[in-house]
Amino acid sequence: MPIDKMPPDRPLLVVENLCVSFRTEGGVVPAVSGVSFSLAQREILGVVGESGSGKSQTLLAILGLISSPNVVVTGSVRFLGQELLGLKRRALDAIRGRQIGMIFQDPMTALTPVHTIGDQIIEQIRAHERVSRAAARKRAVDLLDAVGLPSPDNAVDRYPHQLSGGMRQRAVIAMALSCNPALLIADEPTTALDVTVQAQILELIGRLRNEFGSAVILVTHDLGVVAEVADRVLVMYAGRVVEEGSKGQLFREPLHPYAWGLFGSIPPMQGPRPARLTAIPGSPPKLSQMPQGCAFGPRCTFRHEACAAQPALGGAGGHRSACFLPRDGRQDLRPTLAGRAVPA
Amino acid sequence: MLTALISRLGQMVLVMFGISVVAFLIFFATPGADPSARIAGRNASQETLAQVRHDFGLDRPLPVRYALMMKRLFISRDLTSFVNRGQKVVPTVLEAIPITLSLVLGAAVFWVLGGLIVGVVAGATRGTWLDRTLMILSLIGVSIPVFWLGEVANLVTQSRWHDSWLFSWVPPLGYIPFTEDPWGWFKALVIPWFTLATLYIGLYGRVLRASIIETMQEDFIRTARAKGIGERRVLLHHGLRTSLVAFVTMFGLDFGALVGGGALLTEVVFGLQGVGKLTYGALQTLDLPMILATVIYASFFVVMANFIVDVVFVFIDPRVRDAH
Repeated sequence: MPIDKMPPDRPLLVVENLCVSFRTEGGVVPAVSGVSFSLAQREILGVVGESGSGKSQTLLAILGLISSPNVVVTGSVRFLGQELLGLKRRALDAIRGRQIGMIFQDPMTALTPVHTIGDQIIEQIRAHERVSRAAARKRAVDLLDAVGLPSPDNAVDRYPHQLSGGMRQRAVIAMALSCNPALLIADEPTTALDVTVQAQILELIGRLRNEFGSAVILVTHDLGVVAEVADRVLVMYAGRVVEEGSKGQLFREPLHPYAWGLFGSIPPMQGPRPARLTAIPGSPPKLSQMPQGCAFGPRCTFRHEACAAQPALGGAGGHRSACFLPRDGRQDLRPTLAGRAVPA
Repeated sequence: MLTALISRLGQMVLVMFGISVVAFLIFFATPGADPSARIAGRNASQETLAQVRHDFGLDRPLPVRYALMMKRLFISRDLTSFVNRGQKVVPTVLEAIPITLSLVLGAAVFWVLGGLIVGVVAGATRGTWLDRTLMILSLIGVSIPVFWLGEVANLVTQSRWHDSWLFSWVPPLGYIPFTEDPWGWFKALVIPWFTLATLYIGLYGRVLRASIIETMQEDFIRTARAKGIGERRVLLHHGLRTSLVAFVTMFGLDFGALVGGGALLTEVVFGLQGVGKLTYGALQTLDLPMILATVIYASFFVVMANFIVDVVFVFIDPRVRDAH
């Protein structure tokens, strides 16, 4: 069903209980466990978490891009009501690239080195639409122009190695957008880029929603990026969603001790300068040695008996967290930076 | 681009000059390799030896002898064999070239096609029984000595089953020039082609499979899959296309070496009077002018094949294009 004929309140993407596990010599290792979320049309969802928290694997699983025979993906991913998991390759290819575009993390390796970026964009357009090569090329030039590549007429015939990292990332974005996808999935699109280019790319992603009407899933480990563009945020830890809420809710009043730790690691812009930023003690659990119960438990200051069980994601007002601490008064437990301020 | 080409050609000339000097020194200036004794025959008198030395210019200083030799090889082309007096070396080599070229070119067609098919199919079906079967067959192909395979092919097609309907079309061993009888040329060479190509199909199939499997792990393959273009296109247009670099490099080296005389065993087994066989015969009788001519001819093809590979690289890998 074309996106413009959809009822506007219908969610674009519904992910339910998505699990990704790897079969290894040491047994089955879970990378993503029971991730559920839904995405409205034109919504920008930020997914944050540190490396190894399962963000990228979640995205790859949604698009069916995990090809290793040693990976088991279970759960449900419905895009516009259609189940994507287990879909035949041909049916999946009709959706990938056309209705769902993907931007990858590393622009240096994401483009085939032996084809011009124009050819790679044209290839995608012509895989999904019956247009002439000349028309597809014209659109490729327009797209490259739209993503802010200087002299797109010239750039279209260039090979990836002839472009800088920022230009390549723009080319990747142009390619992802080439069929006006309803959903754009961006896996750390700015991580490999320097800060000024980052800002331009983020601005571009924000503009996409306005100009192309796309919804965006933006994976990042950079909270600043989330604050810039996201509407809603998922916080992931050790393969699970530990907190979910609107950007305002999450930044104003984070509920999960892990989220407290994340926000505590951002230097405050106002007030006295803290002597040290808070760091979360310990390090994330190895996927092969996941602790019993709450995966954050071993690093959590507020661990108690209840934490031996796996907390469920719960809460009211669209702001949910997976923690056993009582919701009322939980904010009072949150460590503040003020107590450790440097005397002026 | 043009300057790169010219400088590359200049390099080729230099390399070939170097090879000719080294070959000349090895065969003509090695102590104990005095050719005059061989030419004059056993127990020749000192006068005869001196006469022979003078006739062949062997009493002149080394650089002059080198220059004379090159002049007779390339300019007057009247260098004669030491063994078969009166046999001119250059026309003999020129006669052998079409035979070797026919053999190696035809085999190259088979082994490139075969290597591509084996490599792509095995790479795409990695881990399945098809992949395993192809890899075992390739290993067998690589391991079979070419002379043994050729002799068995001869035994079957020339002797045992020659009178059956299967192989009655096979002509007797030897070469039939293409200009005389194209169909006969094909019939005479098709079994040598397969014999020579077997090793290389196995080798190239295995190398290409490994290269494709490695390439298919790359990030850009994931990007290509995310574009929704179908696995066949991902494999051929992105995976294979990027994997061709190793394939082309190997092809250039092997082709050059084979044309330069490396197909000797196949030539001997099938009675083809090619360059390999010529070199072999010349080495057995220490026919120095013939050896020199074939070595220089061989080096020319190896250098030439490398040059062609470099040019092909410019087309298949844009990163090479900009490196100049």
